[in-house]
Amino acid sequence: MAVVARKPELICPAGSLPALRAAVDEGADAVYIGFQDATNARNFPGLNFGPDAAREGIRYARRTGARVLLALNTYPRTAHWPRWTGAVDRAAELGVDAVILADPGLLHYAAGTYPDLRLHLSVQGSATNRHAIAFYHEQFGIRRVVLPRVLSLAQVHQIVERSPVEIEVFGFGSLCVMVEGRCALSSYVTGESPNTCGVCSPAKAVRWEETPAGRQSRLNGVLIDRYAPDEAAGYPTLCKGRYRVGEATYYAIEEPTGLNVLQMLPQLMASGVAAIKVEGRQRSPAYVREVTRVLRAALDACAADPRRFLVREEWSAVLGRLVEGHSHTLGALHRPWQ
Amino acid sequence: MRLSLGPILYFWSKETVQAFYAEAASWPVDVVYLGETVCAKRRALRPADWLALADRLAEAGKEVVLSTQVLLESEADLHTLEHICGNGRYQVEANDAAALHLLGGHTGFVSGPHINAYNAATLQWLAGLGARRWVPPAELSRDAIADLQHARPEGMETEVFAYGRLPLAFSARCFTARAANVPKDRCEMRCEENPEGLAMHTQEEQTLFTVNGIQLQSGTPCNLLPEIEDLRRLEIDVLRISPQPRDTGRIAAAFRAALDGPAPPSPDELADLAPEGFNNGYWRGQPGMVWDPR
Repeated sequence: MAVVARKPELICPAGSLPALRAAVDEGADAVYIGFQDATNARNFPGLNFGPDAAREGIRYARRTGARVLLALNTYPRTAHWPRWTGAVDRAAELGVDAVILADPGLLHYAAGTYPDLRLHLSVQGSATNRHAIAFYHEQFGIRRVVLPRVLSLAQVHQIVERSPVEIEVFGFGSLCVMVEGRCALSSYVTGESPNTCGVCSPAKAVRWEETPAGRQSRLNGVLIDRYAPDEAAGYPTLCKGRYRVGEATYYAIEEPTGLNVLQMLPQLMASGVAAIKVEGRQRSPAYVREVTRVLRAALDACAADPRRFLVREEWSAVLGRLVEGHSHTLGALHRPWQ
Repeated sequence: MRLSLGPILYFWSKETVQAFYAEAASWPVDVVYLGETVCAKRRALRPADWLALADRLAEAGKEVVLSTQVLLESEADLHTLEHICGNGRYQVEANDAAALHLLGGHTGFVSGPHINAYNAATLQWLAGLGARRWVPPAELSRDAIADLQHARPEGMETEVFAYGRLPLAFSARCFTARAANVPKDRCEMRCEENPEGLAMHTQEEQTLFTVNGIQLQSGTPCNLLPEIEDLRRLEIDVLRISPQPRDTGRIAAAFRAALDGPAPPSPDELADLAPEGFNNGYWRGQPGMVWDPR
């Protein structure tokens, strides 16, 4: 696909009907949702959409021309296969605008059963290069790929240049440091992973303890971190704990920090990405509302005059307050660690 | 049941790699996977060196398979991949959809542990592309594999990762460089200082993961030697042993003896190789780190 600078669509997360309404009201071009089970990668208690809520969400979004994408991006095992194909059937019946899939067997099923259903390759599909993207396009007719959060800006640009399909990248939210779809750290410790169960470091495995040594967080009994009395404690995601390697105890995998690409919007836009995605279906409607409002304003400002685009202080203030660990990074797009 | 040596996951010098395979030629393994799967910067052996090793092992009667890199980002990565997939002599293990793209239609490739095959529909699709053997992802349990054994396509072989630290995750970042506090581009090949990776412990000294460049592995080795009867019952075709800096021949001999011998392996067999214990949790349908001796 030739690189054409374009205004990327803004794709926002909705873990509930109120979050969906907030995103649509604040100008999201599309929202993405999931059903209430392990068929999607945010399989959290109290989250997601039953059939009635999904229908209402689609109706609400369409009033203003927003689209609804459905994430079905976990890897079904044989014993549970019918639940996943059933979810594809329901998605087709609901008339969602696209289904976001990762599992090749399921992509095969969806492409064969519903030739008119628009398919996106999920970030969980781990497509990080042009051969992989071309392959999924040839095999299943996918129309868009969501890139794992491991590529540099130059690599994203090269991929857009040679991709037969649209490219979507993450712009804000929690940051996976591992290649999505290729991380089993969570199941190694808890038995449940994003691929199999749609969860990472699941809340039911978390335990907080107050000890003389300080506050401690555990995941299925494994000590993830220990905090000094005045230190802010974060959610014990496995890859964001402090561990010992050699003599040093430190954030041995990744600091607890979030992704925020705002200052790179002009370059991302020039690289020709089709859509920018906000992570966080597990977040509150208020969070979704504020993040959508800021990203909408920033994208519009950048599209109007990319050369004079500056990140406004009020945007940074809002996002800084909402971002994980209250600090953010450009992630792999800009690689200080390279 | 046959035995295989998986690709070397660590970074060893050229001399070490060549000495390892010179010995391996006489070990009781049937299949040998060759090549660098973790980091493109590890170039101690050039493609011609790997092919020379392949020739020697093939002459020694081993089935040779060339393994491919898991995380492919740059054009240089893809160039190397194209070279391996088009080698014309040896079969290839695909570890990314890019390799499937290049191998599709050629009959007889191996779908490696980093191709996410979790169900019968995916396995059927892989067979259609020309896969003749598959390696389940590390986190797939015995029961999930058993379901797939019933449903697997005609002629598809199953290979299970049976010994060694499990490859669990890949990143664009290098955790070995991070541990040394240097940027990835100036890592000075520090992986070579850690021939079986760097141990990562919790603040309570529990063994958690192993740092191996851009890859994280399990802290303890997986060991399915005690499961050998079950593996046989499930009609698993190949058991994979992941190369270790020491005692790989002994590990292979122990598996061979368990496969051929009349008596089941002793529960303490190989225990001295893992002072911090083994894991078999994934096989048992539990968290991967668990060792369930039952």
